[in-house]
Amino acid sequence: MNNPTTEPLWVKWGLLTLALAFLFCFLFIPLIMIFIRAFSEGLGLYWASLRDPEALSAMKLTLYAILVSVPLNTFFGICAAWLITKFQFRGKQLLLSLIDLPFTISPVISGLMFVLLFGSRGFFGPWLIDHGCSIVFHTPGIILVTTFVTFPFVARELIPLMQSQGSDEEIAAMTLGANGWQTFTRVTLPNIQWGLVYGIVLCTARAAGEFGAVSVVSGHIQGLTNTLPLHIEILYNEYNFTAAFAVSSLMVLAALLTLILKQYIEWKTER
Amino acid sequence: MNISFKAQLLILFFSSVLQGAEPIYMLNASYDPTRELYQDMNTAFRTHWKSTHPQDITIRQSHGGSGKQARAVIDGLEADVVTLGLAYDIDAIAAHSKLLPKNWQSRLPHHSTPYTSTIVFLVRKGNPKHIRDWDDLIKPGVSVITPNPKTSGGARWNYLAAWGYALKKYNNDPVKAKAFVQKLFKNVPVLDSGARGATTTFLERGIGDVLIAWENEAYLAVEKSGKERVAIVAPSVSILAEPPVTVVDQIVDKHKTRQLAEAYVNFLYTQEAQKIALKHHFRPTDAQMFSVHKKSFTAVDVFTIDDVFGGWAKAQKTHFSDGGTFDQIYQ
Repeated sequence: MNNPTTEPLWVKWGLLTLALAFLFCFLFIPLIMIFIRAFSEGLGLYWASLRDPEALSAMKLTLYAILVSVPLNTFFGICAAWLITKFQFRGKQLLLSLIDLPFTISPVISGLMFVLLFGSRGFFGPWLIDHGCSIVFHTPGIILVTTFVTFPFVARELIPLMQSQGSDEEIAAMTLGANGWQTFTRVTLPNIQWGLVYGIVLCTARAAGEFGAVSVVSGHIQGLTNTLPLHIEILYNEYNFTAAFAVSSLMVLAALLTLILKQYIEWKTER
Repeated sequence: MNISFKAQLLILFFSSVLQGAEPIYMLNASYDPTRELYQDMNTAFRTHWKSTHPQDITIRQSHGGSGKQARAVIDGLEADVVTLGLAYDIDAIAAHSKLLPKNWQSRLPHHSTPYTSTIVFLVRKGNPKHIRDWDDLIKPGVSVITPNPKTSGGARWNYLAAWGYALKKYNNDPVKAKAFVQKLFKNVPVLDSGARGATTTFLERGIGDVLIAWENEAYLAVEKSGKERVAIVAPSVSILAEPPVTVVDQIVDKHKTRQLAEAYVNFLYTQEAQKIALKHHFRPTDAQMFSVHKKSFTAVDVFTIDDVFGGWAKAQKTHFSDGGTFDQIYQ
């Protein structure tokens, strides 16, 4: 007799094989290909392409973009999630949809928006440029669009979590005499920490990898306004395939490490 | 003392973040296929400049489709020098901004064009579709790769080269020429935004039987991917492609780099620079040097845009403006 709560063996194994085969074809093989291509001309060239001044400056710029956009979006993401889930006010739904806006509009349009605002023929651009503050085609523009594009990640991760938790615990803390800050640090934050970490991880990954919007405001000045993804595209267009894949492999490694780190922290705290 | 030192460090950090802290620095905004050319030009110019001025200079490059680069300069990309794919794109900068005067093209010799090129075909090994001339590109079953004339300078030269050939073939009948180019574009499966993108589509993605390309880009492609994979085919006639250069007046005045920028564009006409152009398969405008090295270029009869189309302003209006012939044939 078949146990009604389990599937027949062939279904179990069939599904498992199918899922693994799919993973292998669509995830594993492409990732491996990047590394094969990257090391195809030896370790020396791999290392040289990572130490190239233009690659280093692209890494630096990508790092700046992450260092500014992720903390900002973490802060505002927590604020927004807190506001939306713990309070009732008019226009809440509207705010909720607005947070999603950077997700729903194409990155190219996000980039063009900032050109329209801060370009030399844009809305604020002429005044800012006259006062020595150029944004588009300079580092600030890149940081700005990265922040815009990655804005929803933390908030989007926290809102459903905080909604499901409700505000009972906070109300309890308040009745026991905790002030707002105590409530937040001792009750809310421990409850949401894993959602928060996950949001930050996704936000960082996207900030490092954003291509479209950054490409519009970058101006592609070599050694100055190229982020890592833009640098990879340039290398590829310059017939530097090995270098392009070497830099790609670096980004893939960073992404894998971030995920492993996240898993590790989760595992540590669950024990 | 301690605090002010920290504050200074902080200011230094942020200013280096925001400005990139380079002492003497100049930006050359160029079009796609000149990446390799200007890498060598810049190295040579740095040495040249240092021999007369005790300064180290950094010349940065920015590359993209010619039209896109012009757009970026209009929107605030602070290029001290622009070296674009065709005169109209620099005209557009002059028309839409006050960055440089409208008569910019008369400021340097040869219509401000230090090197020229032409438009040729790149075909796959053994030329399986027997492509010899423009007529072969309109045959059914031939897949043609060319970038988008709306964004790419090279693509506009390609388009006008085909049009010029058709005009010659049909005794200057514009209706027949238009039908010819329309047939050609029926064979184009994908329009990349820049010349280099189109080359990558043809070489790396393996799409298309023939790539219409800058002569220098075609030679570079053969060098990079090997004679056994692709070959150059010269059509019977083609257009003389003139990619001009100029100093962007308002930017150099702002950056105080006028002297450097002017020396740079003038340097492009020197023997040394013309030899570098030659090495990268651009045709030097130095007539003597070109005649000596004529054999290292494809043998093709060239016509100029001024002769056949009455200059760029007119050609742009007729063919590439909104509702122009390109919009009419490619829908």
